[in-house]
Amino acid sequence: MSDDHVYLTLAEGHEDDTRWAYGTGFEDPLHGVDTTVPDDVDAAALAALCVALGDDALVSAQRLGEWVTRAPELEEEVALANIGLDLLGQARLLYSRAGQTDGTGRDEDAYAYFRDAADFRNVRLAELPNGDFAFTIVRLLVLSSWRLAHFERLASHPDPVLAAIAAKGAKELRYHRQYAAEWAVRLGDGTDESHRRMRRAQEQVAPYLGELFTAFDVRREVVADLKQVTDAAGLPMPVYRPLPGCGREGEHTEHLAPLLAELQGIARAHPEATW
Amino acid sequence: MTTSHSTEAPPQGPLEEHFDATIARDQRIEPRDWMPDGYRNTLIRQIAQHAHSEIIGMQPEGEWITKAPSLRRKAILFAKVQDEAGHGLYLYSAAETLGADRADLTDRLIEGRQKYSSIFNYPTMSFADVGVIGWFVDGAAICNQVPLCRSSYGPYARAMVRICKEESFHQRQGYELLMTMMRGTEAQREMVQDAVNRWWWPSLMMFGPPDDSSPNSARSMAWKIKRHSNDELRRRFVDMTVPQAEKLGVTLPDPELRWNAERGHHDFGTPDWDELMRVIKGDGPCNEQRMERRRSAHEEGAWVREAATAHAAKQAARAEKGAVA
Repeated sequence: MSDDHVYLTLAEGHEDDTRWAYGTGFEDPLHGVDTTVPDDVDAAALAALCVALGDDALVSAQRLGEWVTRAPELEEEVALANIGLDLLGQARLLYSRAGQTDGTGRDEDAYAYFRDAADFRNVRLAELPNGDFAFTIVRLLVLSSWRLAHFERLASHPDPVLAAIAAKGAKELRYHRQYAAEWAVRLGDGTDESHRRMRRAQEQVAPYLGELFTAFDVRREVVADLKQVTDAAGLPMPVYRPLPGCGREGEHTEHLAPLLAELQGIARAHPEATW
Repeated sequence: MTTSHSTEAPPQGPLEEHFDATIARDQRIEPRDWMPDGYRNTLIRQIAQHAHSEIIGMQPEGEWITKAPSLRRKAILFAKVQDEAGHGLYLYSAAETLGADRADLTDRLIEGRQKYSSIFNYPTMSFADVGVIGWFVDGAAICNQVPLCRSSYGPYARAMVRICKEESFHQRQGYELLMTMMRGTEAQREMVQDAVNRWWWPSLMMFGPPDDSSPNSARSMAWKIKRHSNDELRRRFVDMTVPQAEKLGVTLPDPELRWNAERGHHDFGTPDWDELMRVIKGDGPCNEQRMERRRSAHEEGAWVREAATAHAAKQAARAEKGAVA
């Protein structure tokens, strides 16, 4: 019966296997981009930057993945997964670029699965446990606003590959920031309980804001973004309280190692396997 | 819900004749059309059960998103589970066109008054389960659902067209994962065979009880809500799956499974119907765990939904005040 041809052809060879297994409608953001590192770019510094930005994205995606089946509403299931998927996509591209430029030729999985916590360069805010929905929203707002400001600058980076990754990522991050901002306003303005939870989330985030601005100074853009949202939400601006240590230097909270143990467990148990 | 009458409404004369004629001509019933209460209630029950299955069905595989052993597999799984949430959304919307309310249907699920597919009450023990669920469970779902694209109720049929497309994609992804694992290490091949052993019989049970003990089937077929009988769909599933298992290099765990040239179909063993009944009644390995997760997500999200409602009300009040001033 013609009804079932999809199932009947399952075992036949598919020339497009590699394409469909990535998902539908994915455009290759590196299509037509020359991957040679330009002469005026410091390859080691470029690789380090790609790893740091890749780690922020992977660790954030992992935390968002933990929300799956636990979100407050089905629309939020879809949205949080979608944001996680975007960030995972950014991590994969950034790791691949790191592997091309640090001289090791490693693939994306080597970075994700076969480095320990001390080798990760993500900011600590990304690795903190999810907490409640208010904490997730406050963190997402801060990180997406910060990453967007970053990526908008990186879109004109002298390395054409990083520039292309950043240009694609900026489009995604604008949506993430918008999503988080809308929820921040709803929760800040909504009920006494949601307002109280948002205030507490802001306090929890505050110690981790300082390190966001050490490498790249995008403070002005981010502060302007946050001011706009907190005003609309009837919330104060988060208080900046610096905390010693820096994720970018490999100094992490106690929360990163268990996150990585879960992420890396199966891959490390079967180092010879292909998936 | 305003539509849960247990008794059939009296014949409606020309309205009912028009309904019957529409079904007879294989045309679609749309939300504004008159329909018998029994038709409406059967559809609400079936669509809600299907929506609940999509949502509960996120759990067995969703567990592996954070553990997937490559970034490519992580992305595929993330996208698949997200699609399932999307399917749940379309289906709840289709049920709403019949007068049901999503919040009410969610309460019915959480209170155990409506069911979801019993397949999701089995545990996922290894990453191979992700592939086998794609192959068998999405495969069985496709066999069940492709005919529903021609269901007599328009919104349901249209939702099924989109859902079936995405599920075909999931099934291919699952099978491709298994192909890759079978080409990998001995440990990976063992994981695949073990997952096949565990999921085969529960997958055959997805088509429902045998025709002679399926109470609602005959009427659903007469109304063209359902197009093929449980046993017919189950037999087709087996016929399609056997050559795929051979190509993959796994053994389906049924000693009675063999080709019957005379019938032009495979003969196969009888699923343990007592097990199906136990799982449907709540005694499967994971029933409690699945319901507990769904309940706790819903309860822990209550303050978020209340805040959104309160904000919307405040916004409306502010807009009104602004308009008056």
